[in-house]
Amino acid sequence: MRIPVEIFRLDNGLFVTLSEDHTAPIVAVNLWYHVGSANEKMGRTGFAHLFEHMLFQGSAHVGSNEHFELIQRAGGTLNGSTWLERTNYFETIPSNELALALWLEADRMGELLPAMTQEKLDTQRDVVKNERRWAVDNQPYGTMLEKMQELVFPVSHPFQHSLIGSMEDLSAASLDDIAQFFATYYTPDNAVLSIAGDFDASQAQLLINEYFGPIPSGKGKPPLPSMDLPPVFGRRLREVVYDNVSLPRLFLALRSPVFGSDDYYSASVTAALLGLRKGSRLQRALVRERQIAADAGAFTFDLAKGSDLLVIDVTARPEIPVAQLEEEVEREIDLLHRKGVSKEEVERAIALIETDLIASLQSAGERADRLSMFATYFGSPQLINEQADRYRAVTLESVNALVSERFGEDNRASLIYVPREGVESESMLAAAAGAT
Amino acid sequence: MVTSLRPKPGPVRSYRFPEFVDRMLPTGIRLVTVPVAKLPVVTVLVIIDAGSTDDPPGKEGVAALTAGLLLEGTAHFSGAELAEKFERLGASVESGADWDSAFAKITVLSDRVDEATTLLGQVLSEAAFPEREVERLKAERLAEILQLETEPRGLADEKFSEYLYSPESRYSKPDEGSSSSVSGLSRDDVEQFYRARYRAASTTVIVAGDVTVDAARALVTKAFKGWTAGTSERALLVVTARSNRKNVHIVNKDDASQSELRIGHVGLPRKNPDFFETLVMNAVLGGLFGSRINLNLREAHGYTYGASSFYDWRRGPGPFVVSTAVQSEVTMPALREILTEIERIRSAKITEDELSLARDYLDGVFPIRYETTAAIASALATLVIYGLPADYYDTYRTNIRGVTVDDVLKAARSHLHPDELQTVVVGDAKIIRESLAELDLGDLRIHES
Repeated sequence: MRIPVEIFRLDNGLFVTLSEDHTAPIVAVNLWYHVGSANEKMGRTGFAHLFEHMLFQGSAHVGSNEHFELIQRAGGTLNGSTWLERTNYFETIPSNELALALWLEADRMGELLPAMTQEKLDTQRDVVKNERRWAVDNQPYGTMLEKMQELVFPVSHPFQHSLIGSMEDLSAASLDDIAQFFATYYTPDNAVLSIAGDFDASQAQLLINEYFGPIPSGKGKPPLPSMDLPPVFGRRLREVVYDNVSLPRLFLALRSPVFGSDDYYSASVTAALLGLRKGSRLQRALVRERQIAADAGAFTFDLAKGSDLLVIDVTARPEIPVAQLEEEVEREIDLLHRKGVSKEEVERAIALIETDLIASLQSAGERADRLSMFATYFGSPQLINEQADRYRAVTLESVNALVSERFGEDNRASLIYVPREGVESESMLAAAAGAT
Repeated sequence: MVTSLRPKPGPVRSYRFPEFVDRMLPTGIRLVTVPVAKLPVVTVLVIIDAGSTDDPPGKEGVAALTAGLLLEGTAHFSGAELAEKFERLGASVESGADWDSAFAKITVLSDRVDEATTLLGQVLSEAAFPEREVERLKAERLAEILQLETEPRGLADEKFSEYLYSPESRYSKPDEGSSSSVSGLSRDDVEQFYRARYRAASTTVIVAGDVTVDAARALVTKAFKGWTAGTSERALLVVTARSNRKNVHIVNKDDASQSELRIGHVGLPRKNPDFFETLVMNAVLGGLFGSRINLNLREAHGYTYGASSFYDWRRGPGPFVVSTAVQSEVTMPALREILTEIERIRSAKITEDELSLARDYLDGVFPIRYETTAAIASALATLVIYGLPADYYDTYRTNIRGVTVDDVLKAARSHLHPDELQTVVVGDAKIIRESLAELDLGDLRIHES
């Protein structure tokens, strides 16, 4: 199974990838800007994400919130998201509305600033602060991402600070910051545009030239400080967070090979054999057999620079003390490190990953997003067609080599959530334990 | 610079919901097959009339527990062995129950669908419910219930149901059971529930994806040959409101930075003659990003990251609810705006512009909803579960396009009941309690969580 991929570049530097599929009258438009929270300056944590909100507040020829309205009126779905290394914007629409989606994206890439006002910034700042309260502060384990970043990356590393940002920094963001960030990062030469689904490539090319062609390229962006990190932490890292949670939960992170490298695929298979679905090692050992965990999983962050992270995530059963949770998880990791894995475990993991890969490509939005991702990180959207092969190339030997290099005691960072209100939770625990 | 000329849409390309074949197998099982040849993937979805509303009184949670246990052991294999077998085929498999039915589902590459479906059939007809796994799944459910104590969103949903429905209504209790009902469940309860409800005539298998009608028929006939014949009568569904007056409940969380709000009343069953009018009405009220409630609370006031309203469609009348989380300090004004919007859509016609936004969205987004085999299978499950006509998806867009501003006003007046609104706030009582007195929300009760 191969997905067709065509590429071209406009004179202003915009990288375009096209992938036709005429099975349904649907088309996905997807833009990746190669800017994320890693590019923020000191004192402006959360700005890349706040900026993403501002991109829905109108542009030279589009009113406030009109972007949302026009796409929904056309029968489309849309959103945007911000990550450490990139920001994306995407629409899936009936295919006869392709021009509208392209024009809307071009208008905000070309002429955002005329529509920016202090009032809009103030409202979106409040919205984002409420997003922070909702997703981070008032949500059990909601601070995991920012606490993990702080724990595992050295101070001043671009991945070290909070993605959603601190309330103080959000308050400090100004219209000047908006103008500067826009001029620096929201330029065609710092973006990838992908279209997947039911469209005609030559017609799309004409539209792209017409709408995006006149947008001037940028003046280049400031280089990031060195992202490089040693392959292991070199020592034990550990932080305990007393929080408003019901059950202890351990996030154990390892430095792992960056996204897209050969070793990344071995790491990704290792994460799957450890924590993907019921037959995985941790689910089987900790949830099913020893019954000390309510849930267990493992995943990679998929960071393309510096170092990726492989995170093991285990929530304790109510009657299990934190110390035991930590001890038993560590024991599993030690066992893995010492004895490696079996061929059957590797095969199981690859089979599951392959099904997920193919099933996810059914969606035009998903195809467009992956094309943008491979184009942004590696300049090669065609990598979308090599993923299954790269996973199939992972062997027992490559997984065991990775495990031996990365799962030692010198490469573990534990972030542990412990119920804060000891007294109250003790009584709840007793009730739950008595009930079983 | 970028042209100021807004592009016009091109000619609409036609779309049909994938054609399906709906047949009764000789064994009594209903088989719905949808060949979709886009990618080499197949979803097999089994639905059984054994949902949480089929829980016997006092045994709340047995439907969910039984469905969860289907994959946890047969006479021949342990749960661990079954997981291993499915996953070596690359099959993602899950089972569970919602209010209306139990389900088991696999998505798998088409060259492995025979093996995976055969295994699924075997597992479902030979489920053994090992004692140890019964106790483990119960303990995991109890851990989940405990987690709700510190999870404001889930807690607000659960408390809203509890304060909305009379205690005799199954909907008043969590679909997967409460700590007291789950603690009391035994292996015998599960076994009895399974024997009574998992019958051929209560079962539908939906096969969607890269498969032919004939192949699916042969496969399902063979895989489900061990299924017990016969049917199971469903008990009458009791659904009544807990109160016919307005009430407001604060579930106190000291120092919460936000208030989780749920405000609504008993809604409508999924199968009702006003479905399309009500759907469009809700889209204008709170069902879209550009809806009145979201634009008001988020974009005009910055009170929240998002606010929405929905009818939770079930066999019986599920809740109508407005749901949002707002900064604690603005709880009262946010509730006031929600009440205003509910009144406003009942008091005057919406504009043609508002109507066309909702209507064009629901019409246009239709093909986008059915991109994957899993989504197509789930759409067909909706037909089966609610007894909707076979041409439901072929006439859906025409039905949506037929809704007028008068229909919307009529739906708002018939199906929104300001006098019956129940309000639940999970938040810091000391910040919000006094200000709530300024609103006409009914009797106030404060609950310590």
